[in-house]
Amino acid sequence: MWKNLPLFPERASALAWQVDGLYFLLVGVSAFFTLLIFALIFVFAVKYRRSAHPHPVQIEGSLPLELAWTLIPLGICMIFFAWGSLIYFQEARPPKGAMEVYVVGKQWMWKFEHETGQREINQLHIPVDRDVKMVMSSQDVIHDFFVPAFRVKADVLPGRFTEIWFHTTKPGTYHLFCSQYCGTDHSGMIGQVIVMEPVAFQAWLSGGGSTGSLASNGQQLFQQLGCATCHRFDTQGRGPNLAGVFGKPVLLDDGRTVVADENYLRESILNPGAKIVSGFKPIMPSFQGQVSEESLMALVAYIKSLAQPQQNEPGSNRPPAPETSSVQ
Amino acid sequence: MATAVQTVERENYLNSNYGIKSWLLTTDHKRIALLYLVSITAMFWIGGFFAMLIRLELLTPAGDMVSSDTYNKLFTMHGIIMVFFFLIPSVPATLGNFLIPLMVGAKDLAFPRVNLLSWYIYMVGAITALTAMVMGGVDTGWTFYTPFSTTYSNTHVMGAAIGIFITGFSSILTGLNFIVTIHRMRAPGMTWRRLPLFCWANYAAAIIMVLGTPVIAITLLLVALERAFNIGIFNPQLGGDPLLFQHLFWFYSHPAVYIMILPGMGVINEIITCFSRKRVFGYEFVALASIAIAVLGFLVWAHHMFVAGISVYAALVFSLLSYLVAIPSAVKVFNWTATLYKGSIRYETPMLYAFGFIGLFTVGGLTGVFLASLGVDVHVHDTYFVVAHFHYVMVGGMVMAYMAGLHFWWPKITGRMYPEAWAKLSALLVFVGFNTTFFPLFIVGYMGLPRRYHAYPPEFQVLNVLSTAGASILAVGYVLPMIYFLWSLRYGEPAPPNPWNAVGLEWMTPSPPPTHNFDETPIVTWEAYDYEHQPQEEVTVGH
Repeated sequence: MWKNLPLFPERASALAWQVDGLYFLLVGVSAFFTLLIFALIFVFAVKYRRSAHPHPVQIEGSLPLELAWTLIPLGICMIFFAWGSLIYFQEARPPKGAMEVYVVGKQWMWKFEHETGQREINQLHIPVDRDVKMVMSSQDVIHDFFVPAFRVKADVLPGRFTEIWFHTTKPGTYHLFCSQYCGTDHSGMIGQVIVMEPVAFQAWLSGGGSTGSLASNGQQLFQQLGCATCHRFDTQGRGPNLAGVFGKPVLLDDGRTVVADENYLRESILNPGAKIVSGFKPIMPSFQGQVSEESLMALVAYIKSLAQPQQNEPGSNRPPAPETSSVQ
Repeated sequence: MATAVQTVERENYLNSNYGIKSWLLTTDHKRIALLYLVSITAMFWIGGFFAMLIRLELLTPAGDMVSSDTYNKLFTMHGIIMVFFFLIPSVPATLGNFLIPLMVGAKDLAFPRVNLLSWYIYMVGAITALTAMVMGGVDTGWTFYTPFSTTYSNTHVMGAAIGIFITGFSSILTGLNFIVTIHRMRAPGMTWRRLPLFCWANYAAAIIMVLGTPVIAITLLLVALERAFNIGIFNPQLGGDPLLFQHLFWFYSHPAVYIMILPGMGVINEIITCFSRKRVFGYEFVALASIAIAVLGFLVWAHHMFVAGISVYAALVFSLLSYLVAIPSAVKVFNWTATLYKGSIRYETPMLYAFGFIGLFTVGGLTGVFLASLGVDVHVHDTYFVVAHFHYVMVGGMVMAYMAGLHFWWPKITGRMYPEAWAKLSALLVFVGFNTTFFPLFIVGYMGLPRRYHAYPPEFQVLNVLSTAGASILAVGYVLPMIYFLWSLRYGEPAPPNPWNAVGLEWMTPSPPPTHNFDETPIVTWEAYDYEHQPQEEVTVGH
């Protein structure tokens, strides 16, 4: 590819090939139909021009033809539909054991925090040949995490977590764009995703910048905010014991069951009255406005780390948004 | 027919009375159409001026011509003006207003005063929005996404939103007028199956206007409430849901795309049949396709939200429905192409525009299929691919159709012919300029450049320069008609009643038509596009 005029994005994730494959099929089919229409118009316009063909032949229409050009495009569309949906399903289901990175979008920068506690701004270091999952939320308006080389993007919303994942396949430095318009410096809300060989990544990780792992920061907050007074790790607390809760179904006092995923934890911290665990009283105060996005993520990471051995229920799907902000 | 070398001008709707009051208080649908024509043309140039500034800024990767705030305001105002104040009223309020009564053989629309009211409402809305822009502008994008628009933007969001809110009522009134007129005012013998497809298309668009517009009005009202009184509707910090806004917004704004394109498709039917001297291929299918688009168009809105965090299953359903809405459009394209088969084709300017429309609309429609595909949409969503796609539909499709219609009915509207050679040149410039402007953006988009970027990485520059170069050709293509249309008002050849030898009631009355359209109510005994029985006279208008 030419250096100064690239015409196609790099492929650096396992999914990129599939997206490109469907894209090429779409381009092929579209090119065929576009050329067909252009050619027909051109041929008819020349062959049946007034001077060569002064007497038009009136044709009412043709049911077989109408059916043909209704059903054939419909059939082709169903192929696109099936393939496109398969890709989308993969994008929506992060594999278990993916490395997690927490992302906060704000006007106009990206903040990353690794599980091990390293923080970065507008740069994201990740190892090659790994499943990487981003758990994202926004501090202000809607942003969008977009890495063209990985062919994935997802909106980053205030007030809830969204997720995105990819499997890195190629070391290199790639564009990170905010692709949801977010105000003055929208086009400056860009960064780099640096995909490194595992060894280099380990070296980078141990290079400092860490102020304790995310979960341990969360543990401190858990104490400071007084969470631990009620959420005790025995059966005597006024709030549920949080050990092992993440990823498990939780029975609510209205009889519903929800899976304790990231968004459930977030909601329970900011709007505790929304979903009360069966057997407990709605006495927890809201922490809305008292914990920053980063603190919230640390708390979530801490509660996740309490989930003991990693044998979860199939809980960690893409958030089943739109959250029907269910106030009872 | 050609003997009409008039020395004394016969009375028509233009010369029946004079003076500013006779225009501002008119209830004649033809004069109101001209009021609209002048207003939306002004809006087109304002919106076009913003577009040129955007393209100039994007000539270089650095954001060096205007500040980022200014750039954000430019694309916002370009979008708001072009969508709400040009594209939505374009064909219906001008050509539709002028032609629907003529085509169905009526003296006027069903509610002439309501028609005038709709223009005044449009003007109040347009002036409100323009005032907001003059006072400093808006920077939310024409989509007003929350919570940016309700809490974070400190520009004139309220003014712009109120302007759009007000203008919505003019759209509803126009739609209502069309529906009632087409149902109740058809001349004897003008059955539904004899109705010109232009009327069918505007009828379908009118249904969307009446049913959809209230939703955008309510949505913008909610934005105003949250912005003014901090009532938590969309902002999660106030207890709202930002995705609720997107659902409400696109519930109108996706069908609005069909308000824009359907009347354009109607124009194309009239022109293709006239210049190939054939009845339209598959009349019922083309007519029903318009209605199918209007109905299905209401069920696809969440395809704007595939990456917004909606449920996987919702996305699946909306993807499927989005494919379905593509089918009636494809049916139309095939029927137009088949109409040419064994025709007797003439290449006058309206026909050249119509050819251009079919080609560009085909590209626009097919790239829409890319966006309906979940897997591909995730990558190209909110990139220049989307920008290129909807400009192919809206400018390549809709504006081409509008230009085609203006040229086709210009003799009827003004009683003057436009200069054919210049018009052909402008059609060519528009086609070439348009493709040069927007085709490169598909490539830029798939490479991953997000839209609404004031500055961009340098590797995207070459294609952006190409696009800006194309935009200047396109601009010349639009300036030319502006000049020769104005020129023709004074110097153009007087137009005979039926310069194109077309069928349709509007061609059976003089050009320009008398105030009451027809001296006596026509009685229709023939099918639409009955070119078989139209005498094959060679009235080639001398240019």
